[in-house]
Amino acid sequence: MTAQAPDNRTVSPPPTEARGSWIYDPKLRGILSQVIVVALLLWGFYEIIANTQANLKKLNQSFGFDFLSQASGFDLSTALVYFSSSSTYGRALWVGFLNTALVAVTGIFLTTILGFVIGVMRLSKNWVVSRFATLYIEIVRNIPLLLQIFIWYALVLKPLPGPKQALNIADSIFISNRGIIMPHPEFGDSTWIAILMLVAALIGTWGYRRWARKQQEQTGQARPVWLVSLPIIILSPIIGLALAGWPLTWDFPQLAGFNFKGGMTLVPEFIALLLALVIYTAAFIAENVRSGILAVSHGQTEAAHALGLDNGKTLRLVVIPQALRVIIPPMASQYLNLTKNSSLAVAIGYPDLMYAGGTVNNQSGKAIEVFSILLVVYLTTSLLTSLLMNWFNSRMKLVER
Amino acid sequence: MKLIKNLALASVFGLAAAASAGAATLDDVKAKGVIDCGVSQGLIGFSNPDSNNNWSGLDVDFCKAVAAAVLGDATKVKYSPLNAKERFTALQSGAIDVLSRNSTWTMSRDTTLGLSFAGVTYYDGQGFLVPSKLGVKSALELGGASVCTQTGTTTELNLADYFKANKMEYKVVAFEKNEEVLKAYQEGRCDVFTTDQSGLYAERLKFTNPAEHVVLPEIISKEPLGPVVRQGDAQWFNIVRWTYFALLNAEELGVTSANVDQMKTSENPEIQRLLSVKVKNPDGTEADNDFGKGIGLGPDWAYNVIKQVGNYGEIFERNLGQSTDLKIARGENALWNQGGLQYAPPVR
Repeated sequence: MTAQAPDNRTVSPPPTEARGSWIYDPKLRGILSQVIVVALLLWGFYEIIANTQANLKKLNQSFGFDFLSQASGFDLSTALVYFSSSSTYGRALWVGFLNTALVAVTGIFLTTILGFVIGVMRLSKNWVVSRFATLYIEIVRNIPLLLQIFIWYALVLKPLPGPKQALNIADSIFISNRGIIMPHPEFGDSTWIAILMLVAALIGTWGYRRWARKQQEQTGQARPVWLVSLPIIILSPIIGLALAGWPLTWDFPQLAGFNFKGGMTLVPEFIALLLALVIYTAAFIAENVRSGILAVSHGQTEAAHALGLDNGKTLRLVVIPQALRVIIPPMASQYLNLTKNSSLAVAIGYPDLMYAGGTVNNQSGKAIEVFSILLVVYLTTSLLTSLLMNWFNSRMKLVER
Repeated sequence: MKLIKNLALASVFGLAAAASAGAATLDDVKAKGVIDCGVSQGLIGFSNPDSNNNWSGLDVDFCKAVAAAVLGDATKVKYSPLNAKERFTALQSGAIDVLSRNSTWTMSRDTTLGLSFAGVTYYDGQGFLVPSKLGVKSALELGGASVCTQTGTTTELNLADYFKANKMEYKVVAFEKNEEVLKAYQEGRCDVFTTDQSGLYAERLKFTNPAEHVVLPEIISKEPLGPVVRQGDAQWFNIVRWTYFALLNAEELGVTSANVDQMKTSENPEIQRLLSVKVKNPDGTEADNDFGKGIGLGPDWAYNVIKQVGNYGEIFERNLGQSTDLKIARGENALWNQGGLQYAPPVR
């Protein structure tokens, strides 16, 4: 709508020589038509809102978000923050959002790794390996995701024993059809020392990496980056904890009556959903990776070899950076798909945002309000993911000179 | 630009069309020639389809009764199986005319959803089902248990209240679909399955080994189940409500599907009013007894209901009573003069 009428002042006669009616003035007509369209649009929106309000009124319903502070009255099977039946509807939505975020973030992380592995496997010269990858991709991406979620849920639940016969790993991790129950770390007050150490280590290694790169550019001498920074990053918070006098205690799960008490639980619904999402999305990512690698011409590899780079360095420094240009844009849409597909959680009772929204809607009767909240939240998260990936893409682009 | 304009116009007209629906449900139903009735996705005794998609159950018979009253034909019903989450939205949006789906009458549902409950066709209460091998004798021994239930139900809320009130911990595992709940319970995902007690008996019949599960004695809530209509259409509300009352009055007066034709000649004025029989006086004059007018229906409305569907007692026996696998006693659902709660205002 920002399109301007063509600027033809140079060819049209001066405005003083009025020729015909104002209706033929292209500039005025341009403005007029835009005003009409905007007015129509505004009227349309007004009608939609007014109509909805009138219909709600006819049903004796009101529109408003006050209900969010009402006590929900229901419980959720798993929550990252405190939640009980006396928490509010708003809190229930927040718990749902955190659960969605948890499955989306872990899912994206794992599916990227699995997708890369499968993608590279499909390009392998080994017949068995490449056929296996092809088979995986063709089977997984041609079965509807919802079905896969149900299958994984059944596969996770069926073979697992009840809590009393739980698989016991060193009296600390228990696996049963109630989920995976693990010791829960509880940090004391002086943990900040360890956190401080970790932050310092991260900043230090980042500085070291910059310095190492500069050194390499100046002298051609490559310095070990990962070999130095990884131990520092891992060791420093441990040293920090030791300095603070081990403020860390573990809350071990214990069988009490029907179920385990204490510890933290990964519910089977979460595990099944995560498995299904990761395995499904990885098939698509594998294809992206394959296309990305194939897009780098073989001449690049030959040139790198001619320069004396070994196979590993050729892959890491020449092929992958160029392949990433092709891989990243479609990868972003796979990440968005995974996040949005996580809403299928509702089918197996994992309390994600969609599940919490559905329950809140049903118990409060505020359908329009709840669904507009869900809409805005999903849209915002998707747009943020998209922005992040665009930023990453522009960083990874070939710098053309 | 053109596209945007078209879209805007389309959405406006679309909404306008949606708004015009929902005014007089009776006229809509008569024009359609069929009643759209929301039922459950399969609950034995209340609304359950057989392999030929013939529905039966107490809730289904109520749909049929309304169809018989309004259209004179109990078969003119279209059933929409709905899950707990969809049911009220389906009614609000006008997709169904009446919701007869073992739904609990609560204050918030009655006052904030724009819906009205027309009566209580079944007095129920929430109970617990556990595998007998757990050895649990009382619900108070369930501390720490994982409980399977359906989302968007009062069950989910009562459950939270009960465990909180008794200072017990529990883990809820809630699914959208009843089938998923049952599957999870049978696969051992949870120790307990909870829903209305009638539902527990009904669902247990579907298990491969019903004898290995016991219903605990506690009833933890009041679950008055009944038909629901949209608010703001008083005429339709009255039709549904008085169809229910007609079923109760018929049982109270001893009018059944078998004897309703003979009852038309009854001298009992209450029966005459229920069946809208014209009264003949000894002097040859006649007086009308037409109570159908008040709800916009013909004089045969109650006759059709009783003739085609039967009275409340017949419906109960057919779907839940001793002749069925459920073998549920009348209990609270007996008539008021037989120790129960079922009570209808008189037709007069």
